[in-house]
Amino acid sequence: MENISQPAQRAPHFRRWAKLFIALLPAVLAVNFIRASEELNIVKQATFGEKPIPIAVEGFSGEALGVLNFDLTIQGFKLVPEASAPQYVVKGTSEGSVAGSLTDAIAKQTLFSRTYSGAGLRRQAHALADDIVTQIRNTKPIGGTKIAYKSQAPSGNGEVYVADFDGNDALAVTSDSTIVAKPAWVPGHLALYYTSYARSNPDIFYHSLSSGQRRVIASYSGLNTGAAVSPDGSKVAMILSKSGSPNVWVCNADGSSLKRVTTGIEDSSPCWSPDGRWICYAAKANGRRVLAKVSAAGGEMERVSTSGAPNPTEPDWSPDGKWIAFTSQSGGYFNICVAAADGTVSPVIITAGQNPSWAPNSRTLIFNRGPAGRQNLAAVDVFTAQARDCRRTGGSNSEPAWAH
Amino acid sequence: MDFSIKNMKLNNLILPVALALIAAFATTGCKHGPNGQLTTVPGQRLPAPSATPADFNTKPIVAENTPPIVANTNPPVVSQFNGNPIPTSAGWDPADMNQDREKLAAYTVHFKFDSAIVQDHEQANVANVGQALSANPAAKLLVEGHCDERGTEEYNRSLGERRALALREALAKIGIDPMRIRTISYGKDQPVDPGHDESAWAKNRRGQFVYCTPKAPVQ
Repeated sequence: MENISQPAQRAPHFRRWAKLFIALLPAVLAVNFIRASEELNIVKQATFGEKPIPIAVEGFSGEALGVLNFDLTIQGFKLVPEASAPQYVVKGTSEGSVAGSLTDAIAKQTLFSRTYSGAGLRRQAHALADDIVTQIRNTKPIGGTKIAYKSQAPSGNGEVYVADFDGNDALAVTSDSTIVAKPAWVPGHLALYYTSYARSNPDIFYHSLSSGQRRVIASYSGLNTGAAVSPDGSKVAMILSKSGSPNVWVCNADGSSLKRVTTGIEDSSPCWSPDGRWICYAAKANGRRVLAKVSAAGGEMERVSTSGAPNPTEPDWSPDGKWIAFTSQSGGYFNICVAAADGTVSPVIITAGQNPSWAPNSRTLIFNRGPAGRQNLAAVDVFTAQARDCRRTGGSNSEPAWAH
Repeated sequence: MDFSIKNMKLNNLILPVALALIAAFATTGCKHGPNGQLTTVPGQRLPAPSATPADFNTKPIVAENTPPIVANTNPPVVSQFNGNPIPTSAGWDPADMNQDREKLAAYTVHFKFDSAIVQDHEQANVANVGQALSANPAAKLLVEGHCDERGTEEYNRSLGERRALALREALAKIGIDPMRIRTISYGKDQPVDPGHDESAWAKNRRGQFVYCTPKAPVQ
């Protein structure tokens, strides 16, 4: 088995590609903009059960209109006719290239007016949607972000895919015709960890998408799965059963310095707090499924309150640190739930589905839903519960991970 | 010779024959001592599934059929399972061996919903697998853990592993060296029944045994 290169040696190369890729739009678009107002909106604290912000979007058609509708809906906006006199109106065109201006009818101000060029209509429309959302909500833009996920055939075999967050431009990054599971991004880098049965055992692979090279970083006897990369990219949490029960272990990015951090009977799905101090995971306590957290350095398990949401699994901690999304199961039904990470807000059911993963904006989740064997990815705005299906890749799509 | 007793009907029909065979060949077993700890029973390797002390009392002849020398030629059984998790075995790779999925297919063990506890009525299957391993010291075992679809993917991957590990522990408890046993979880990725009802789920919550033997050396 080869050892992975030290991240430090690889970083300059990675950073250049990651910038081009993840922050694609600012680099390739020639943006001609007039900022009519530097005034910042006062952003309200996001809460559950929010009403979406009505916005009229006029003058766009086809693919560009579809992108604007998708992006705005899953970030808490609702497209309405201009005749209904909403506060926000976007006027523009998608003939040849995308141009748009955003006006605030109450303040009687044009907030921006921009023309986008390069990279195709779809990317231009994502860039306009980002500008609208950033102007009104001041959240982190997601229009150029990617997701990784698995697509599975009825045989159980599948491949790991990378696509735009709305499911477009899907690209298989594996071709092993085997069971795959739980892709996880290295933050800020074009690289994944995932589980693959390619070597006749569930092993954890590191896969550089810029070089195409991959390495096995965990292939202990028994289960190796559920890799999750720490926010600084230096550590990987994962589930190993080498000690005789499936538990959370932490190692360096290259698999070295392995350390067991939980000792329960049956753990799954570790995720990191954004400050890198905690690992939240699904555990069993007295035969019941619970969410727990443990210091990344090891220590006592602490319960994460999920009262009222039965059988919690698959936690994911929001980038702003405030929320933990997870899957609650009742009978054969799965719901996406969100609870306050500090326990101050009881879990709220957002929508039916499994496997939630936070967007960089800390308000949108990507998840999978639909009948068994034919799961579809979807994105939901947590605070308005507005969801849209992503474009499907052939097969059953699941376990999405949003790149940060 | 297969002297295992697969079900009670068979047992009722041929009990005398079976008991004689058990006594003659099944040199097996652990007993619970007075303090609840597992203690060694010299000369026994595997428990006979239905050979209770009462059975032996009604057929004293079986004791005479057991050559005492067996106790000296076989190492005493030391239970490999003390209730704590047993570290997994890394010394061999199932991919390097011949894998026979049929030999032990009849002994597939089924589990209750969301449980990795080996039920009492499945102990006969475990014993039969143990006997097959005892019969061939070169053989090794791959235990597959599977789940029904009513669980999230990674939760089921851990539950399936827990099931496979529970079967490994059950085999260790009856004297099989756990280092001969490896586990693999398929979560809910490999159902035997693609249905979405209780009948399908019950079939899919299972542990399967793959009998592994060394490949013939390449000439």
